[in-house]
Amino acid sequence: MSAWEVVIGLEIHSQLATKSKIFSGASTAYGAEPNTQACLVDLGYPGVLPVLNEEVVHMATMFGLAVNASVAQRSVFARKNYFYPDLPKGYQISQFELPIVEHGELFITDADGNEKRIGITRAHLEEDAGKSIHEGLGKSSGIDLNRTGTPLLEIVSEPDIRSAKEAVAYMRKIHTIVRYLGISDGNMQEGSFRCDANISVRPEGQEEFGTRAEIKNLNSFRFVEKAINYEIERQIELIEDGGEVVQETRLYDSDKDETRSMRSKEEANDYRYFPDPDLLPVEISADYIEAVRAELPELPDAKQHRFVDEYGVKNDDAAILTISRPVADYFEAAAKATQANAQTVANWVVGDLSGALNKDGLDIGESKVSAGELAGLLTRVHDHTISGKIAKQVFEAMWAGEGSADDVIEAKGLKQITDSSAIEAVVDKVIAANPGQVAEYKAGKEKLIGFFVGQVMKETQGQANPGQVNQILKTKLSG
Amino acid sequence: MTDLHKRTLSELAGGLEAGDFSSVELTQALLDRIGAHDETLNAFVTVTGDEALAAAERADAARAAGEGGALNGLPIVHKDIFCTEGVKTTCGSKMLDNFVSPYDATIVERMAAAGAVVLGKANMDEFAMGSSNETSFYGPVKNPWDLARSPGGSSGGSAAAVAARLAPAATATDTGGSIRQPAALTGTLGIKPTYGRVSRYGMIAFASSLDQAGVITRSAEDAARLLGVMAGFDERDSTSIDEPVPDYVGALGTSLDGLKVGVVRQHFDEGLDGDTGARTREAIAVLESLGAKAVEVDMPNIDLSVPTYYVVAPAECSSNLSRFDGVRFGYRAPDPEDLLDLYCRSRGEGFGDEVKRRIMTGTYVLSAGYYDAYYLKAQQVRHLIADDFKNAFEDVDVIAGPTTPTPAFRLGAKVDDPITMYLNDIYTIGANLGGFPALSVPCGFVKGLPVGLHLVGHHFDEATLLRCAHAYEQTTTWHTACPEAFE
Amino acid sequence: MSLDKDQVQQIATLARLKLSDDEYAESVEKLSRIVDFVDQLSQADTSGVVPMAHPLNVAQRLRPDVVTESNERNRYQENAAAVTDGLYLVPKVIE
Repeated sequence: MSAWEVVIGLEIHSQLATKSKIFSGASTAYGAEPNTQACLVDLGYPGVLPVLNEEVVHMATMFGLAVNASVAQRSVFARKNYFYPDLPKGYQISQFELPIVEHGELFITDADGNEKRIGITRAHLEEDAGKSIHEGLGKSSGIDLNRTGTPLLEIVSEPDIRSAKEAVAYMRKIHTIVRYLGISDGNMQEGSFRCDANISVRPEGQEEFGTRAEIKNLNSFRFVEKAINYEIERQIELIEDGGEVVQETRLYDSDKDETRSMRSKEEANDYRYFPDPDLLPVEISADYIEAVRAELPELPDAKQHRFVDEYGVKNDDAAILTISRPVADYFEAAAKATQANAQTVANWVVGDLSGALNKDGLDIGESKVSAGELAGLLTRVHDHTISGKIAKQVFEAMWAGEGSADDVIEAKGLKQITDSSAIEAVVDKVIAANPGQVAEYKAGKEKLIGFFVGQVMKETQGQANPGQVNQILKTKLSG
Repeated sequence: MTDLHKRTLSELAGGLEAGDFSSVELTQALLDRIGAHDETLNAFVTVTGDEALAAAERADAARAAGEGGALNGLPIVHKDIFCTEGVKTTCGSKMLDNFVSPYDATIVERMAAAGAVVLGKANMDEFAMGSSNETSFYGPVKNPWDLARSPGGSSGGSAAAVAARLAPAATATDTGGSIRQPAALTGTLGIKPTYGRVSRYGMIAFASSLDQAGVITRSAEDAARLLGVMAGFDERDSTSIDEPVPDYVGALGTSLDGLKVGVVRQHFDEGLDGDTGARTREAIAVLESLGAKAVEVDMPNIDLSVPTYYVVAPAECSSNLSRFDGVRFGYRAPDPEDLLDLYCRSRGEGFGDEVKRRIMTGTYVLSAGYYDAYYLKAQQVRHLIADDFKNAFEDVDVIAGPTTPTPAFRLGAKVDDPITMYLNDIYTIGANLGGFPALSVPCGFVKGLPVGLHLVGHHFDEATLLRCAHAYEQTTTWHTACPEAFE
Repeated sequence: MSLDKDQVQQIATLARLKLSDDEYAESVEKLSRIVDFVDQLSQADTSGVVPMAHPLNVAQRLRPDVVTESNERNRYQENAAAVTDGLYLVPKVIE
């Protein structure tokens, strides 16, 4: 049996976070009553005309620059013609021959931990369609056109992706970038960020691509991975059993974890693209592009490298910290405000803080412990006021709203015991109470030092400085 | 005041201003004439008598208060392609027989704001697709000069209403000649401004890159008055151009000294009826007598304008008319079996033959495998034709020629032969392809039927066209001729 | 005939137009004549000519990102033949 190579390309649809629609002044807010945000232009009323929202051009330019692409100084809107109830005009305004963004790239980490380049063929602007509601209306479907005309950036990758995991890594990276740029809320439950995956397999070493199937409308990272893996297996099995993959559109059923053919969308698609005569070419100047470049925020890759270089954070942690801009900002604010080592801050943000946020289902913006407060806590570890272990207890109290680190330490009397004579007294007591273990230790069973440290910490409710305890124990036991 | 209907819009403006009559009197007089004659002519789809009288009252009150816009109290007719809030807007189609627009077209709004009184909505070829007014769901309009003949199209109702003195002026639209051809065939003046000069917002689209709104009147001065109100940038139409609107009336004069008039060699070929050609040459001679200098110009690609148009316009229309699907507005076939049946029957039953033919032609030329050979090729030839005009305009101020190859033809004569029908627009289509302003002014008669002189101008130079037509009208009387039955 | 009935049927389906048998016969004949007529474009030498999509060589104007529309659902739905709870109705769509 030959080995198979998987070839994947993704088309990501990212809604752009504008206030009004791409071609009309209707609101893009999510969740309104059906058709209350569909104006005459969205409804495709006779005689109305589209007028392009300047913010979508701005956002697409930002994206293009962020992925090192060329931003076209002249791009053209075209009509994609087909009939469907959620498409009121009978055509979708999109970009075809001259998209606004072309030839971009980004980097992901592949299975071997190496950096891998994924090409971005193009990103173009288009309008979203409405929604069909099939339940509860008897023999009818209901059409809600509120979403019609919401701006979309369709980001098309090169067929550079070789596994479901890479596909997810690529999609996550795009997700991170659009949110860093503030051009999309990336909300996958509300459908603001979704993708179609083109998948094919070919025997390893073969030049030409196999026949591809397209899986439509994947709206979570988990589904992307599962759907792609299912589809890869299906195609390999099919070919190995002597069958052939047909070029078609498929739908992923998450309940059954399988993809199935969507024949209804297939029949004789001939979209008859042509330049939209209602919209003139979009022209932007080189100066405009440079002005947008100047206002770009620091992007995730650059931030990750800087966290490594400037703060000495481990690369893997820096990668996690920079997935979301608010998390990166939180880390950086805390790291700047504390004397503690930045890696310690990173460990806390990635560990205890993330855990607490997850448990309460909160975003970092809603954290019950601010960056400044976390910094205060870690400073107290750094200056030996408390131990790292006690710090976790203090953090829990802070999370529960019991005040700052100093408040909690004070109120609970958690200040570390660093007075040598006080520690010596406890050590003496422990040695006296455990003559058997002392004898064993002296006979060479030095591992027992842990037992003695534990006993001392127990006696002091964990407040004794562990370093000092160790040192005093060793001195007294060897005496 | 029994002759109010005979007066031009400008004369009526003077009379209202002088207090010779009120807008209500004028409006009532014209409504009476519509009542008396429209059964014969079929120029109106909808007569808005009550609304018109109410608007006339408001106009009279405004005038009494020393207020009122440039068209205060003046009656007009809108082609039924313009959306009018609260009034049926049919576009001459069964598809929109029940359609009441929830909004006003920009030009409807602007003219209302200037005080115009709307008498009703004019009949037209269905979705403006036709050159004879025979494709209207509401039946053909008759030519006031000969009721057995077509008034031309698609703005046949507008032209017939103005020619028969049922209204002093009417709005109209022109995609390939739909203002100028009916104007020529009814002895009226019709102007199609530069593409982008007048907003298309609220004008039901036929072919978006060619459509332009204009007017049909009985004098160049009237057209200048109306255009001054209609023209100008509209933020709701991205293809409208933000250029200042000149004082068109102020630019009118009687001398054409130094004006260079190009005469297209290719326009005087075997397709042109001899008498119509003779009237055209006589008219050009009149322009020369007024100081203009005529020179021959060559437009090597102009003969391809009709085939180019019949690729570009159907392509755009096939897409523009996809929104008529029986769901949100318009005709919906009863008891559809499924979604496909709803679409196919609503559209199959709601559209007439010519509209369906053009939708299918457009679908074909855009479809996979034919796009390059037809659509793309036509867009390239369109460029060549536009360049022919630009080259000619390096030497001349206006291009003059016949508006139509023949005078008005008999109703039914061409209805079975689309190509012969299409060739009616052979001299007018080029201006649409290149976006140039153009007008037709009455220039005489052939066997008792009017014909028009066609003038094309530089982009945004409507003023020169109007000045030329006005000067011509000052030494000729063709534009004042009235069909006998409608004296 | 440059078009046959199958082609016309395919075009009519793409364009969502139901035609009667008579209409099909007439469409084959008339569309063929139209296609033959526009075929004369192939004679033109257009090598190197840029296709012209708009009559004026100008750029798109842009609109500020401002919400200007409010809820007018009831008014806009007066022209709709079938509406329930604010939804436009169509025969059930099977995906």
